Amino acid sequence: MNLSLDKTAPVGSLSQAFWGVIRREMALYDQHRGDWAMPFLFFIMVVALFSLTLGAGADWLAKVAPTVIWIAVVLALILSLETIFRADFQTGVLDQLGISPYPLSVLMLGKSVAHWIMIGVPLLLLAPLLGGLFLLSQSELWVLFLTLFFGIPTLSLIGALGAALTIGLPQGGVLLAILVLPWMIPVLLFGASALVAVTEGRSFNSELLLLTAIFIATLVIAPMGISAAVRISLES
Amino acid sequence: MKFPFAQLASPKNSYQMAGHLIPWFGLLTLALMSYGVVGGLWWAPSDYQQGDAFRMIYIHVPAAFLSLSIYTIIFCCSVIYLIWQIKLADIVAEMSAAVGATYTFIALVSGALWGKPMWGTWWIWDARLTSELILLFLYFGYMGLRSAIHEPKRAGKAAAVLAIVGMVDIPIVHFSVEWWATLHQGATLAKLAKPSIAVEMLYPLLAMIGGFTFFYGTLLCIRLRTGLLQREWQSLWVREWFNQQSKSCL
Repeated sequence: MNLSLDKTAPVGSLSQAFWGVIRREMALYDQHRGDWAMPFLFFIMVVALFSLTLGAGADWLAKVAPTVIWIAVVLALILSLETIFRADFQTGVLDQLGISPYPLSVLMLGKSVAHWIMIGVPLLLLAPLLGGLFLLSQSELWVLFLTLFFGIPTLSLIGALGAALTIGLPQGGVLLAILVLPWMIPVLLFGASALVAVTEGRSFNSELLLLTAIFIATLVIAPMGISAAVRISLES
Repeated sequence: MKFPFAQLASPKNSYQMAGHLIPWFGLLTLALMSYGVVGGLWWAPSDYQQGDAFRMIYIHVPAAFLSLSIYTIIFCCSVIYLIWQIKLADIVAEMSAAVGATYTFIALVSGALWGKPMWGTWWIWDARLTSELILLFLYFGYMGLRSAIHEPKRAGKAAAVLAIVGMVDIPIVHFSVEWWATLHQGATLAKLAKPSIAVEMLYPLLAMIGGFTFFYGTLLCIRLRTGLLQREWQSLWVREWFNQQSKSCL
Protein backbone atom coordinates (compact mmCIF):
# COMPACT_ATOMS: atom_id res chain seq x y z
CA MET A 1 0.00 0.00 0.00
CA ASN A 2 2.71 2.49 0.93
CA LEU A 3 5.28 1.13 -1.51
CA SER A 4 4.82 4.07 -3.86
CA LEU A 5 5.13 6.42 -0.94
CA ASP A 6 8.40 4.90 0.21
CA LYS A 7 10.05 5.81 -3.07
CA THR A 8 9.21 9.46 -2.75
CA ALA A 9 11.36 10.87 -0.01
CA PRO A 10 9.43 12.01 3.07
CA VAL A 11 8.69 15.70 2.98
CA GLY A 12 10.14 16.36 6.42
CA SER A 13 12.08 14.59 9.10
CA LEU A 14 10.48 12.30 11.67
CA SER A 15 10.75 14.89 14.42
CA GLN A 16 8.99 17.42 12.20
CA ALA A 17 6.15 14.96 11.69
CA PHE A 18 6.03 14.30 15.43
CA TRP A 19 5.79 17.99 16.29
CA GLY A 20 3.36 18.49 13.42
CA VAL A 21 0.97 15.97 14.96
CA ILE A 22 1.28 17.69 18.33
CA ARG A 23 0.65 21.15 16.83
CA ARG A 24 -2.37 19.87 14.93
CA GLU A 25 -3.82 18.29 18.06
CA MET A 26 -3.28 21.49 20.03
CA ALA A 27 -5.03 23.49 17.31
CA LEU A 28 -7.96 21.07 17.45
CA TYR A 29 -8.21 21.37 21.24
CA ASP A 30 -8.13 25.14 20.78
CA GLN A 31 -10.99 24.96 18.29
CA HIS A 32 -13.18 22.86 20.57
CA ARG A 33 -12.68 24.59 23.88
CA GLY A 34 -16.09 23.52 25.18
CA ASP A 35 -15.24 19.84 24.72
CA TRP A 36 -11.82 20.44 26.17
CA ALA A 37 -13.24 21.78 29.46
CA MET A 38 -15.64 18.86 30.04
CA PRO A 39 -13.21 16.40 31.70
CA PHE A 40 -12.18 19.03 34.26
CA LEU A 41 -15.76 19.90 35.14
CA PHE A 42 -16.45 16.19 35.46
CA PHE A 43 -13.37 15.73 37.63
CA ILE A 44 -14.36 18.54 40.01
CA MET A 45 -17.94 17.28 40.17
CA VAL A 46 -16.94 13.71 41.02
CA VAL A 47 -14.68 14.94 43.82
CA ALA A 48 -17.38 17.32 45.06
CA LEU A 49 -19.99 14.54 45.03
CA PHE A 50 -17.75 12.34 47.14
CA SER A 51 -17.17 15.06 49.71
CA LEU A 52 -20.88 15.91 49.79
CA THR A 53 -22.03 12.36 50.31
CA LEU A 54 -19.27 11.36 52.72
CA GLY A 55 -20.07 14.24 55.09
CA ALA A 56 -17.80 16.86 56.50
CA GLY A 57 -15.90 14.97 59.22
CA ALA A 58 -12.56 16.62 58.51
CA ASP A 59 -9.97 14.05 59.52
CA TRP A 60 -11.99 11.21 58.04
CA LEU A 61 -12.38 13.07 54.77
CA ALA A 62 -8.64 13.64 54.58
CA LYS A 63 -8.09 9.88 54.85
CA VAL A 64 -10.18 9.02 51.81
CA ALA A 65 -9.28 12.13 49.81
CA PRO A 66 -6.23 10.71 47.98
CA THR A 67 -8.19 7.67 46.80
CA VAL A 68 -11.14 9.82 45.76
CA ILE A 69 -8.89 12.12 43.77
CA TRP A 70 -7.10 9.24 42.10
CA ILE A 71 -10.37 7.61 41.07
CA ALA A 72 -11.73 10.94 39.81
CA VAL A 73 -8.57 11.40 37.74
CA VAL A 74 -9.00 7.94 36.21
CA LEU A 75 -12.65 8.61 35.35
CA ALA A 76 -11.93 12.03 33.88
CA LEU A 77 -9.13 10.59 31.76
CA ILE A 78 -11.36 7.81 30.42
CA LEU A 79 -14.01 10.39 29.58
CA SER A 80 -11.49 12.50 27.71
CA LEU A 81 -9.99 9.52 25.87
CA GLU A 82 -13.27 8.24 24.52
CA THR A 83 -13.23 10.73 21.67
CA ILE A 84 -9.47 10.89 21.07
CA PHE A 85 -9.65 8.95 17.78
CA ARG A 86 -13.28 9.49 16.80
CA ALA A 87 -13.04 12.61 14.65
CA ASP A 88 -9.77 11.47 13.04
CA PHE A 89 -11.36 8.14 12.18
CA GLN A 90 -14.50 9.69 10.69
CA THR A 91 -12.67 12.27 8.62
CA GLY A 92 -10.10 9.77 7.35
CA VAL A 93 -7.14 11.46 9.03
CA LEU A 94 -6.24 8.17 10.73
CA ASP A 95 -6.04 6.43 7.35
CA GLN A 96 -3.75 9.18 6.12
CA LEU A 97 -1.52 8.80 9.18
CA GLY A 98 -1.56 5.04 8.62
CA ILE A 99 -0.25 5.27 5.05
CA SER A 100 2.22 8.06 5.75
CA PRO A 101 5.91 7.11 5.47
CA TYR A 102 6.48 7.84 9.16
CA PRO A 103 6.12 5.12 11.81
CA LEU A 104 2.57 5.24 13.12
CA SER A 105 3.75 4.60 16.68
CA VAL A 106 5.69 7.88 16.75
CA LEU A 107 2.70 9.81 15.40
CA MET A 108 0.49 8.17 18.01
CA LEU A 109 2.99 9.12 20.69
CA GLY A 110 2.63 12.70 19.44
CA LYS A 111 -1.12 12.43 19.88
CA SER A 112 -0.63 11.16 23.43
CA VAL A 113 1.82 13.93 24.25
CA ALA A 114 -0.68 16.53 23.04
CA HIS A 115 -3.36 14.87 25.17
CA TRP A 116 -1.04 14.99 28.15
CA ILE A 117 -0.29 18.68 27.65
CA MET A 118 -3.92 19.68 27.17
CA ILE A 119 -5.69 17.32 29.59
CA GLY A 120 -3.05 15.68 31.77
CA VAL A 121 -1.21 18.77 32.95
CA PRO A 122 -4.35 20.72 33.96
CA LEU A 123 -5.57 17.64 35.86
CA LEU A 124 -2.18 17.39 37.54
CA LEU A 125 -2.46 21.02 38.66
CA LEU A 126 -6.12 20.74 39.68
CA ALA A 127 -5.64 17.64 41.84
CA PRO A 128 -3.50 19.19 44.63
CA LEU A 129 -5.84 22.20 44.61
CA LEU A 130 -8.81 19.95 45.32
CA GLY A 131 -6.66 18.01 47.77
CA GLY A 132 -6.20 21.26 49.63
CA LEU A 133 -9.99 21.56 49.93
CA PHE A 134 -9.93 18.12 51.54
CA LEU A 135 -7.52 19.47 54.18
CA LEU A 136 -4.61 17.30 53.08
CA SER A 137 -1.30 18.20 54.70
CA GLN A 138 1.58 19.79 52.78
CA SER A 139 3.55 16.56 52.49
CA GLU A 140 0.51 14.61 51.35
CA LEU A 141 -0.21 17.15 48.63
CA TRP A 142 3.39 16.87 47.48
CA VAL A 143 3.15 13.07 47.26
CA LEU A 144 -0.20 13.34 45.48
CA PHE A 145 1.42 15.64 42.94
CA LEU A 146 4.46 13.39 42.49
CA THR A 147 2.48 10.19 42.06
CA LEU A 148 0.07 11.84 39.65
CA PHE A 149 3.00 13.30 37.74
CA PHE A 150 4.01 9.78 36.69
CA GLY A 151 0.56 8.26 36.99
CA ILE A 152 -1.38 10.52 34.61
CA PRO A 153 0.75 9.98 31.49
CA THR A 154 0.80 6.23 32.19
CA LEU A 155 -2.97 6.16 32.52
CA SER A 156 -3.55 8.22 29.40
CA LEU A 157 -1.23 6.01 27.32
CA ILE A 158 -3.04 2.90 28.58
CA GLY A 159 -6.38 4.56 27.94
CA ALA A 160 -5.37 5.55 24.43
CA LEU A 161 -4.61 1.90 23.72
CA GLY A 162 -8.13 0.96 24.81
CA ALA A 163 -9.59 3.80 22.75
CA ALA A 164 -7.64 2.58 19.71
CA LEU A 165 -9.16 -0.88 20.12
CA THR A 166 -12.72 0.46 20.25
CA ILE A 167 -12.44 2.94 17.35
CA GLY A 168 -15.70 3.18 15.46
CA LEU A 169 -17.64 0.77 17.67
CA PRO A 170 -21.21 1.81 18.44
CA GLN A 171 -21.12 1.33 22.23
CA GLY A 172 -17.48 2.39 22.47
CA GLY A 173 -17.73 4.53 25.61
CA VAL A 174 -18.91 1.98 28.16
CA LEU A 175 -16.83 -0.74 26.55
CA LEU A 176 -13.74 1.45 26.79
CA ALA A 177 -14.22 1.91 30.53
CA ILE A 178 -14.69 -1.82 31.08
CA LEU A 179 -11.62 -2.66 29.01
CA VAL A 180 -9.33 -0.04 30.42
CA LEU A 181 -10.15 0.03 34.14
CA PRO A 182 -8.58 -3.38 34.90
CA TRP A 183 -5.35 -2.28 33.18
CA MET A 184 -5.22 0.86 35.26
CA ILE A 185 -5.46 -0.92 38.58
CA PRO A 186 -1.72 -1.45 39.19
CA VAL A 187 -1.08 2.29 38.75
CA LEU A 188 -4.07 3.14 40.92
CA LEU A 189 -2.89 0.72 43.63
CA PHE A 190 0.65 2.07 43.80
CA GLY A 191 -0.53 5.66 43.65
CA ALA A 192 -2.98 5.22 46.48
CA SER A 193 -0.59 3.14 48.60
CA ALA A 194 2.12 5.82 48.32
CA LEU A 195 -0.32 8.22 49.92
CA VAL A 196 -1.28 5.73 52.61
CA ALA A 197 2.42 5.28 53.31
CA VAL A 198 2.96 8.98 53.77
CA THR A 199 -0.07 9.37 56.07
CA GLU A 200 1.32 6.55 58.18
CA GLY A 201 4.71 8.26 58.25
CA ARG A 202 6.53 5.63 56.19
CA SER A 203 8.76 6.23 53.19
CA PHE A 204 6.94 6.18 49.86
CA ASN A 205 10.07 5.66 47.79
CA SER A 206 9.32 2.14 46.61
CA GLU A 207 5.84 3.06 45.36
CA LEU A 208 7.15 6.12 43.57
CA LEU A 209 9.95 4.13 41.95
CA LEU A 210 7.49 1.46 40.85
CA LEU A 211 5.20 4.11 39.37
CA THR A 212 8.15 5.60 37.51
CA ALA A 213 9.15 2.16 36.24
CA ILE A 214 5.61 1.46 35.04
CA PHE A 215 5.54 4.87 33.36
CA ILE A 216 8.80 4.28 31.49
CA ALA A 217 7.77 0.78 30.41
CA THR A 218 4.39 2.08 29.22
CA LEU A 219 6.01 4.98 27.41
CA VAL A 220 8.13 2.52 25.43
CA ILE A 221 5.53 -0.17 24.79
CA ALA A 222 2.19 1.63 24.58
CA PRO A 223 2.82 3.65 21.37
CA MET A 224 3.56 0.41 19.52
CA GLY A 225 0.42 -1.16 20.98
CA ILE A 226 -1.64 1.88 20.05
CA SER A 227 -0.39 1.86 16.48
CA ALA A 228 -1.03 -1.90 16.19
CA ALA A 229 -4.55 -1.41 17.54
CA VAL A 230 -5.20 1.51 15.18
CA ARG A 231 -4.08 -0.60 12.24
CA ILE A 232 -6.39 -3.44 13.32
CA SER A 233 -9.29 -0.99 13.52
CA LEU A 234 -8.46 0.55 10.15
CA GLU A 235 -8.40 -2.81 8.39
CA SER A 236 -12.17 -3.17 8.46
CA MET B 1 9.74 -17.58 11.00
CA LYS B 2 7.02 -20.16 10.58
CA PHE B 3 4.99 -21.47 13.44
CA PRO B 4 6.23 -25.01 14.18
CA PHE B 5 2.88 -26.82 14.14
CA ALA B 6 1.21 -24.80 11.40
CA GLN B 7 0.31 -27.91 9.41
CA LEU B 8 -1.35 -29.59 12.38
CA ALA B 9 -3.27 -26.43 13.12
CA SER B 10 -5.19 -26.46 9.85
CA PRO B 11 -8.91 -26.19 10.55
CA LYS B 12 -9.78 -29.62 9.18
CA ASN B 13 -7.02 -31.41 11.11
CA SER B 14 -7.83 -29.66 14.33
CA TYR B 15 -11.52 -30.37 13.92
CA GLN B 16 -10.81 -34.09 13.64
CA MET B 17 -8.22 -34.09 16.38
CA ALA B 18 -10.56 -32.29 18.77
CA GLY B 19 -13.17 -34.94 17.97
CA HIS B 20 -10.74 -37.75 18.84
CA LEU B 21 -9.72 -36.04 22.06
CA ILE B 22 -13.22 -35.46 23.46
CA PRO B 23 -13.86 -39.04 24.74
CA TRP B 24 -10.35 -39.34 26.23
CA PHE B 25 -10.54 -36.00 27.97
CA GLY B 26 -14.06 -36.84 29.13
CA LEU B 27 -12.95 -40.19 30.60
CA LEU B 28 -9.97 -38.61 32.35
CA THR B 29 -12.23 -35.89 33.76
CA LEU B 30 -14.66 -38.50 35.07
CA ALA B 31 -11.93 -40.68 36.60
CA LEU B 32 -10.00 -37.86 38.25
CA MET B 33 -13.07 -36.06 39.51
CA SER B 34 -14.67 -39.18 40.98
CA TYR B 35 -11.47 -40.01 42.84
CA GLY B 36 -11.12 -36.37 43.87
CA VAL B 37 -14.68 -36.09 45.15
CA VAL B 38 -14.69 -39.38 47.05
CA GLY B 39 -11.15 -38.91 48.34
CA GLY B 40 -11.71 -35.31 49.26
CA LEU B 41 -15.16 -35.53 50.81
CA TRP B 42 -14.95 -38.91 52.57
CA TRP B 43 -11.45 -40.35 52.81
CA ALA B 44 -9.52 -37.24 53.72
CA PRO B 45 -9.49 -36.47 57.47
CA SER B 46 -11.01 -33.27 58.83
CA ASP B 47 -8.71 -30.32 59.24
CA TYR B 48 -7.56 -29.69 62.83
CA GLN B 49 -8.48 -26.01 62.59
CA GLN B 50 -11.18 -25.71 59.99
CA GLY B 51 -13.00 -29.01 60.56
CA ASP B 52 -14.97 -30.19 57.57
CA ALA B 53 -15.25 -26.72 56.08
CA PHE B 54 -11.76 -27.09 54.62
CA ARG B 55 -13.24 -29.50 52.05
CA MET B 56 -14.27 -26.44 50.07
CA ILE B 57 -10.63 -26.46 48.95
CA TYR B 58 -11.45 -29.24 46.49
CA ILE B 59 -13.65 -26.87 44.48
CA HIS B 60 -12.07 -23.54 45.28
CA VAL B 61 -8.40 -24.18 44.56
CA PRO B 62 -8.86 -25.98 41.21
CA ALA B 63 -11.28 -23.29 40.01
CA ALA B 64 -8.96 -20.48 41.08
CA PHE B 65 -5.94 -22.26 39.57
CA LEU B 66 -7.71 -22.68 36.25
CA SER B 67 -9.08 -19.15 36.22
CA LEU B 68 -5.46 -17.98 36.06
CA SER B 69 -4.21 -20.77 33.79
CA ILE B 70 -6.94 -20.26 31.22
CA TYR B 71 -6.19 -16.58 31.05
CA THR B 72 -2.54 -17.46 30.50
CA ILE B 73 -3.59 -19.84 27.73
CA ILE B 74 -5.65 -17.05 26.13
CA PHE B 75 -2.59 -14.81 26.42
CA CYS B 76 -0.33 -17.37 24.70
CA CYS B 77 -2.90 -18.00 21.97
CA SER B 78 -3.21 -14.25 21.40
CA VAL B 79 0.55 -13.91 21.00
CA ILE B 80 0.60 -16.85 18.57
CA TYR B 81 -2.33 -15.39 16.64
CA LEU B 82 -0.82 -11.93 16.33
CA ILE B 83 2.62 -13.19 15.32
CA TRP B 84 1.88 -16.21 13.14
CA GLN B 85 -1.75 -15.54 12.20
CA ILE B 86 -2.74 -19.07 13.19
CA LYS B 87 -6.52 -19.02 13.06
CA LEU B 88 -6.79 -21.98 15.42
CA ALA B 89 -5.11 -19.99 18.19
CA ASP B 90 -7.73 -17.29 17.84
CA ILE B 91 -10.58 -19.78 18.10
CA VAL B 92 -8.99 -21.48 21.11
CA ALA B 93 -8.70 -18.08 22.80
CA GLU B 94 -12.27 -17.15 21.94
CA MET B 95 -13.68 -20.45 23.15
CA SER B 96 -11.62 -20.50 26.34
CA ALA B 97 -12.84 -17.14 27.56
CA ALA B 98 -16.32 -18.18 28.65
CA VAL B 99 -14.96 -21.28 30.44
CA GLY B 100 -12.34 -19.17 32.18
CA ALA B 101 -14.93 -16.63 33.26
CA THR B 102 -17.09 -19.43 34.67
CA TYR B 103 -14.17 -20.86 36.64
CA THR B 104 -13.38 -17.39 37.96
CA PHE B 105 -17.00 -17.03 39.03
CA ILE B 106 -16.92 -20.46 40.72
CA ALA B 107 -13.71 -19.52 42.52
CA LEU B 108 -15.30 -16.31 43.79
CA VAL B 109 -18.55 -17.97 44.90
CA SER B 110 -16.86 -20.96 46.53
CA GLY B 111 -14.46 -18.55 48.20
CA ALA B 112 -17.39 -16.57 49.57
CA LEU B 113 -19.07 -19.75 50.85
CA TRP B 114 -15.80 -20.79 52.45
CA GLY B 115 -15.16 -17.34 53.84
CA LYS B 116 -18.46 -17.15 55.70
CA PRO B 117 -17.74 -19.90 58.27
CA MET B 118 -13.96 -19.28 58.40
CA TRP B 119 -13.54 -15.50 58.33
CA GLY B 120 -17.09 -14.67 59.40
CA THR B 121 -17.79 -12.72 56.22
CA TRP B 122 -18.82 -13.51 52.68
CA TRP B 123 -16.69 -10.88 51.14
CA ILE B 124 -13.87 -8.60 52.10
CA TRP B 125 -12.02 -6.12 49.95
CA ASP B 126 -8.65 -7.70 50.30
CA ALA B 127 -6.07 -7.88 47.55
CA ARG B 128 -6.63 -11.50 46.53
CA LEU B 129 -10.38 -11.23 46.30
CA THR B 130 -10.36 -7.86 44.59
CA SER B 131 -7.83 -8.90 41.99
CA GLU B 132 -9.74 -12.10 41.29
CA LEU B 133 -12.87 -10.00 40.79
CA ILE B 134 -10.92 -7.81 38.38
CA LEU B 135 -9.87 -10.95 36.54
CA LEU B 136 -13.59 -11.69 36.08
CA PHE B 137 -14.03 -8.19 34.62
CA LEU B 138 -11.06 -8.81 32.32
CA TYR B 139 -12.83 -11.90 31.00
CA PHE B 140 -16.06 -9.93 30.59
CA GLY B 141 -14.24 -7.11 28.81
CA TYR B 142 -12.58 -9.64 26.52
CA MET B 143 -15.88 -11.25 25.60
CA GLY B 144 -17.57 -7.85 25.36
CA LEU B 145 -15.01 -6.53 22.89
CA ARG B 146 -15.34 -9.66 20.78
CA SER B 147 -19.11 -9.44 20.63
CA ALA B 148 -18.99 -5.71 19.89
CA ILE B 149 -16.94 -6.19 16.72
CA HIS B 150 -18.74 -8.07 14.00
CA GLU B 151 -15.94 -8.90 11.59
CA PRO B 152 -14.25 -12.01 13.07
CA LYS B 153 -10.79 -11.03 11.89
CA ARG B 154 -10.79 -7.59 13.48
CA ALA B 155 -12.51 -8.97 16.58
CA GLY B 156 -9.81 -11.61 16.95
CA LYS B 157 -6.93 -9.20 16.60
CA ALA B 158 -8.41 -6.52 18.85
CA ALA B 159 -9.25 -9.13 21.49
CA ALA B 160 -5.70 -10.50 21.22
CA VAL B 161 -4.21 -7.08 21.97
CA LEU B 162 -6.64 -6.74 24.85
CA ALA B 163 -5.67 -10.13 26.29
CA ILE B 164 -1.96 -9.38 26.05
CA VAL B 165 -2.29 -6.07 27.87
CA GLY B 166 -4.65 -7.61 30.43
CA MET B 167 -1.92 -10.08 31.37
CA VAL B 168 -0.63 -7.47 33.87
CA ASP B 169 -3.33 -8.56 36.29
CA ILE B 170 -2.28 -12.22 36.42
CA PRO B 171 0.92 -11.76 38.48
CA ILE B 172 -1.00 -9.39 40.72
CA VAL B 173 -3.62 -12.05 41.48
CA HIS B 174 -0.97 -14.70 41.91
CA PHE B 175 1.36 -12.78 44.20
CA SER B 176 -1.27 -10.73 46.02
CA VAL B 177 -1.12 -13.05 49.03
CA GLU B 178 2.61 -12.43 49.32
CA TRP B 179 2.73 -8.72 48.50
CA TRP B 180 -0.02 -7.59 50.82
CA ALA B 181 -0.89 -8.84 54.26
CA THR B 182 -4.25 -10.32 53.37
CA LEU B 183 -6.87 -12.37 55.13
CA HIS B 184 -6.56 -14.92 52.37
CA GLN B 185 -4.10 -17.68 53.25
CA GLY B 186 -0.87 -18.24 51.36
CA ALA B 187 -0.47 -20.78 48.60
CA THR B 188 -1.16 -24.38 49.59
CA LEU B 189 0.83 -25.82 46.74
CA ALA B 190 4.00 -24.52 45.26
CA LYS B 191 6.05 -26.08 42.54
CA LEU B 192 9.41 -26.09 44.25
CA ALA B 193 8.42 -26.23 47.89
CA LYS B 194 7.12 -29.05 50.04
CA PRO B 195 3.32 -28.71 50.09
CA SER B 196 1.90 -27.43 53.36
CA ILE B 197 -0.85 -30.02 53.41
CA ALA B 198 -1.13 -33.67 54.52
CA VAL B 199 -0.74 -36.35 51.87
CA GLU B 200 -4.28 -37.75 52.35
CA MET B 201 -5.62 -34.30 51.62
CA LEU B 202 -3.12 -33.56 48.88
CA TYR B 203 -3.80 -36.40 46.44
CA PRO B 204 -7.52 -35.73 46.06
CA LEU B 205 -6.71 -32.04 45.59
CA LEU B 206 -4.25 -32.82 42.81
CA ALA B 207 -6.83 -35.14 41.27
CA MET B 208 -9.44 -32.38 41.38
CA ILE B 209 -7.05 -29.93 39.75
CA GLY B 210 -6.40 -32.51 37.04
CA GLY B 211 -10.10 -33.20 36.71
CA PHE B 212 -10.97 -29.52 36.36
CA THR B 213 -8.20 -29.16 33.78
CA PHE B 214 -9.42 -32.05 31.67
CA PHE B 215 -12.99 -30.80 32.02
CA TYR B 216 -11.79 -27.55 30.52
CA GLY B 217 -10.05 -29.59 27.82
CA THR B 218 -13.25 -31.47 27.04
CA LEU B 219 -15.33 -28.31 26.88
CA LEU B 220 -12.67 -26.61 24.80
CA CYS B 221 -12.64 -29.46 22.26
CA ILE B 222 -16.43 -29.36 21.93
CA ARG B 223 -16.52 -25.57 21.68
CA LEU B 224 -13.54 -25.57 19.34
CA ARG B 225 -15.41 -27.79 16.89
CA THR B 226 -18.40 -25.46 17.00
CA GLY B 227 -16.15 -22.46 16.51
CA LEU B 228 -14.36 -24.08 13.57
CA LEU B 229 -17.65 -24.88 11.87
CA GLN B 230 -18.90 -21.32 12.46
CA ARG B 231 -15.77 -19.75 10.99
CA GLU B 232 -15.19 -22.23 8.19
CA TRP B 233 -18.74 -22.92 7.04
CA GLN B 234 -17.90 -21.75 3.53
CA SER B 235 -14.89 -23.99 3.04
CA LEU B 236 -14.83 -27.27 1.18
CA TRP B 237 -14.08 -29.61 4.06
CA VAL B 238 -17.06 -28.38 6.05
CA ARG B 239 -19.35 -29.07 3.10
CA GLU B 240 -17.91 -32.55 2.64
CA TRP B 241 -18.29 -33.18 6.33
CA PHE B 242 -21.86 -31.90 6.24
CA ASN B 243 -22.73 -34.13 3.27
CA GLN B 244 -21.32 -37.14 5.08
CA GLN B 245 -23.28 -36.32 8.19
CA SER B 246 -26.54 -35.90 6.33
CA LYS B 247 -25.96 -39.14 4.46
CA SER B 248 -25.40 -41.09 7.64
CA CYS B 249 -28.48 -39.51 9.15
CA LEU B 250 -30.61 -40.67 6.24
